[in-house]
Amino acid sequence: MMSMIVSRLGLGVLTLAAVSAVVFFSMALLPGDIAQQMLGQAGTPEAVANIRHDLGLDRPIGQRYLSWVYGILHGDFGRSLASGRPIADIAAGRLINTLFLAGFAALISIPLSVGLGLVAALYRRRPTDTAINFVSLLAISLPEFLIAYLLIYIFTVKARWAPSLAVIGADSPLSERLHKTLLPVLTLTLAVAAHMTRLTRAAIVNVLSSPYIEMARMKGLAPWRVIVRHALPNALGPIVAVVVLNLAYLIVGVVVVEVVFTYPGLGQLLVDSVSKRDVPVVQASCLIFAATYITLNLLADLMSMIGDPRLLNRR
Amino acid sequence: MSHPLSLLTTAPLSARVGMGVVVAYGVLAISAPALAPYGETQIVGVEFATWSAQHWLGTDDLGRDVLSRPLYGARNTIGIALVTTVIAFCVGGVAGLVAGTLRGWVDQVLARLVDVLMAVPSLILSLLMLAILGTSIVSMISIIALIESTRIFRLARALALGIGMFDYVGTARIRGEGLSWIIFREILPNAAAPLIAEFGLRFSFVFLFIATLSFLGLGIQPPAADWGSMVRDDATLIAYGQMSPLIPAGAIALLTLSVNLIVDWLVHQSSGLRN
Repeated sequence: MMSMIVSRLGLGVLTLAAVSAVVFFSMALLPGDIAQQMLGQAGTPEAVANIRHDLGLDRPIGQRYLSWVYGILHGDFGRSLASGRPIADIAAGRLINTLFLAGFAALISIPLSVGLGLVAALYRRRPTDTAINFVSLLAISLPEFLIAYLLIYIFTVKARWAPSLAVIGADSPLSERLHKTLLPVLTLTLAVAAHMTRLTRAAIVNVLSSPYIEMARMKGLAPWRVIVRHALPNALGPIVAVVVLNLAYLIVGVVVVEVVFTYPGLGQLLVDSVSKRDVPVVQASCLIFAATYITLNLLADLMSMIGDPRLLNRR
Repeated sequence: MSHPLSLLTTAPLSARVGMGVVVAYGVLAISAPALAPYGETQIVGVEFATWSAQHWLGTDDLGRDVLSRPLYGARNTIGIALVTTVIAFCVGGVAGLVAGTLRGWVDQVLARLVDVLMAVPSLILSLLMLAILGTSIVSMISIIALIESTRIFRLARALALGIGMFDYVGTARIRGEGLSWIIFREILPNAAAPLIAEFGLRFSFVFLFIATLSFLGLGIQPPAADWGSMVRDDATLIAYGQMSPLIPAGAIALLTLSVNLIVDWLVHQSSGLRN
């Protein structure tokens, strides 16, 4: 068992290394390089050479990659091209904001969608199930920004319950944060809960076709008891995996939602930096997002391994 | 599966509605210049005019007609999504079928490469590439096609590996048929059904992806009409209780929903489940 877990961990580290290489070396696709990009037409060869030296671009690319990775492991992400400030300073506060938003959304959406998935499985092929199925399909089909604007229309314009802008400062108190992030969190919840509900239902329905469930039914047990006591424990592995995978999905959904609500998170920093073509900041934020995503995927695998010992004994 | 046309008559209501909507979108997109009362980027009146006889849905922030722009937007948004999906299918599908048929080191190299690309969330990867290549329609199409092709590669490879186990493929190999014969005459016909369902699914992903990038201001660039960027441009109107920004957003949602309804049915068909 330990060796399986260790090898999965090793694979995770290897993936992280490979992804960091993709993030770094994709810069080589840049026509010209950053120095030329910064100076544009006006750059004399000497000026370009100076900037290249300042940025360390005159060193071999393999060496630059290693020192980039070394820096990141020591909390140094380099400097922003646009503002010249250290990226670590810019990104730290924003990362906390993003984690707050994603965590808040996870806290609501996980119990909600596992519950709805259970209900849908319990009332399978009956109106309740059909309704849950259709609403979740609708929520999947809606782009996040449409959900966001619909919510703004309903809750800000019509009902005047919640603000449409989620501008918060570093020292905003918790109550203010909760109020201002209400609509972004609701948007994320709708987007993520739909997937989780459908997959939870699918995982349980899958187990429901096993002979031992039929046995439990024939014993005359109540339907909810069959689902909760007999089906749920065996479906738990896939459900946990689905939940963690959707946390990973939250990480991406956060980008659009932050832009809609002008929430000062890492996603908005990323989008702003892409339009400014501030490549070092883009690389750093992409790496943070990708690392979080890979870690969550790794966790999902590990949890389903521990939750379902059969997975450890294949072949 | 029986004959495709007779299959249509057995389609459930949801899939029929979906197909009807998709056909309607196609017709609207192709005949946009004939239907639209004004030009794509033509400025025809004052800014932010309300709904009236001349401008059924009013005008936008620059005084352009809000009925005409979504019609032209249909061509740009759907057309680009379709082109991207086709490219992704050609690249990912062929690579996947070749890898699954040849196996060996070609397969290993391609599969590991795809693993690495798939380890990064697609939106994040596309933002990275857009920062490097710059925002243009060509770079957006190639980036999304590359990202989506990794997903198609996975499916095509798995299908080719599975079908390659059958005796008739082995017989063809022994007969001395070339790689292209085995792929296109032996494997592809049997992989067609799941691949077609995947095409629908991928199209709706690509379509939403492009709409999202355009909404972020990094996709289709103004003044070209496009649903994603139209939502972005007119978003401020929502605060004044105007519904018009929701029209392009609703258009996006309706098309994705319809494609999903069709795909649900196709997947159900090709999986052979009956309940």
